[in-house]
Amino acid sequence: MPNVRIPTPLRKYTQGREEVTIDGETVGSVLDGLEQSYPGIKERICDEAGKVRRFVNVFVGEDDIRFLDNLATAVKASDEISIVPAIAGG
Amino acid sequence: MASFNEILSQVKRQVREVSVEDTRARVHGAGGEPPPVLVDIRERDEYEQGFIGKAEWIPRGFLELKIEDLVPDRNREVILYCAGGTRSALAARSLQELGYERVSSMAGGFRAWKQAGHAFDRPRNLSAEQVKRYSRHIMLPEVGEVGQGKLLDAKVLCLGAGGLGSPSSLYLAAAGVGTIGMVDDDLVDESNLQRQILHNMERLGLPKVESARKTLQALNPDVKVIAHQTRLTSENVLDIIGGYDLIVDGADNFPTRYLLNDAALKLGKPVVHASIFRFEGQLTTFLPHEGPCYRCLYPDPPPPGMAPSCQEAGVLGVLPGIVGTLQANEALKIILGVGQTLSGRLLVFDALGTKWRTLKLRKDPECRVCSKKPEEIELIDYEAFCSIAG
Repeated sequence: MPNVRIPTPLRKYTQGREEVTIDGETVGSVLDGLEQSYPGIKERICDEAGKVRRFVNVFVGEDDIRFLDNLATAVKASDEISIVPAIAGG
Repeated sequence: MASFNEILSQVKRQVREVSVEDTRARVHGAGGEPPPVLVDIRERDEYEQGFIGKAEWIPRGFLELKIEDLVPDRNREVILYCAGGTRSALAARSLQELGYERVSSMAGGFRAWKQAGHAFDRPRNLSAEQVKRYSRHIMLPEVGEVGQGKLLDAKVLCLGAGGLGSPSSLYLAAAGVGTIGMVDDDLVDESNLQRQILHNMERLGLPKVESARKTLQALNPDVKVIAHQTRLTSENVLDIIGGYDLIVDGADNFPTRYLLNDAALKLGKPVVHASIFRFEGQLTTFLPHEGPCYRCLYPDPPPPGMAPSCQEAGVLGVLPGIVGTLQANEALKIILGVGQTLSGRLLVFDALGTKWRTLKLRKDPECRVCSKKPEEIELIDYEAFCSIAG
């Protein structure tokens, strides 16, 4: 099952876990699975229409899904999915 | 025993000589192959009077010792010059003995170059104190006296005199970046001292930019520090950043970061970007129009409810030290024109796992800001909703 890297601002939804394993064949289905396991988290990643928010990026491996097939991007069990939200601290 | 003139004539038969005109054309990249490496082998006092712009400088006495660092590839074409063409001919023969197959000597030397009316540069004359202070830079072929001169001439703006601005400005000042601007409207508070190493107990209540000026100038009197005790707005941003070569972004809020991105694109200024939150840091370099911009990465700022709230904030004190130091590294490379920048790569650091990840960033052809012509970019003041103290 693909690994999902949880960024610091969203770890309160995963009981502090920095990495979780979620089943799914596309990025979209993995995010749905993430929401089932950790309710409330998907709203922070996707908007009401289900699209990835404009201040969040999702990467499969090192590639941004916006330049692949967005939420329809296929994922393999060995893939690492990174959720990378904008942070502003300095 | 042969006289010097006999030896010289013999050497001149053995080495290839190139004319000033050929050297000039080849060094400027005429023809398809990579241009030859041009090496000035004269002594310091001669070099200081002027040198050919693209030349590297290795005094004759150090040539054999240092040439392998400068030109590791023995098949690379090398042209040597001295003042009149004699020393460079002798030096060319030494390099042939070292195995350099395509080495030649510029006939007539620097004198002939000047007589032909070609442009030349003058090095920035470093004082004896500066030669000592920057000796570990000057030893590096990638920096040298010319590179140190570039650093001394450089003007860098550090946005924020806080967690990230502390290490970045300290290392830039130590490196001899000649002009460092600091932008911050805040005063030094005790809660800053856990990470903001520019400041100290004696500076409590002082404007951060003033405290920064004292610290940086005490570290290196070569550095001119310009204190901008203000917050960037659409009214002042172009005036402030316009006077600098590049900007190191260590701001603590989204409105400033987006405003800076748009203004830097308008003026064509590179931005070394970093941000931190709790145990996480992000770092990249935005080169205007060459690579992606902040909005290619994050098109719009989060609305107030979606940004991590102030109560959630907090940061491990050393984190901005790690990330801000890398910002200084990026800035120095850009000024020196060496190495590879982080343009197109986002480094994400997790301090808890001590893990780095490199993610690919791409220029968005439909980016709402960097796809526009600079004159069409309009600046936006987003409402400040939360200053995430870093």
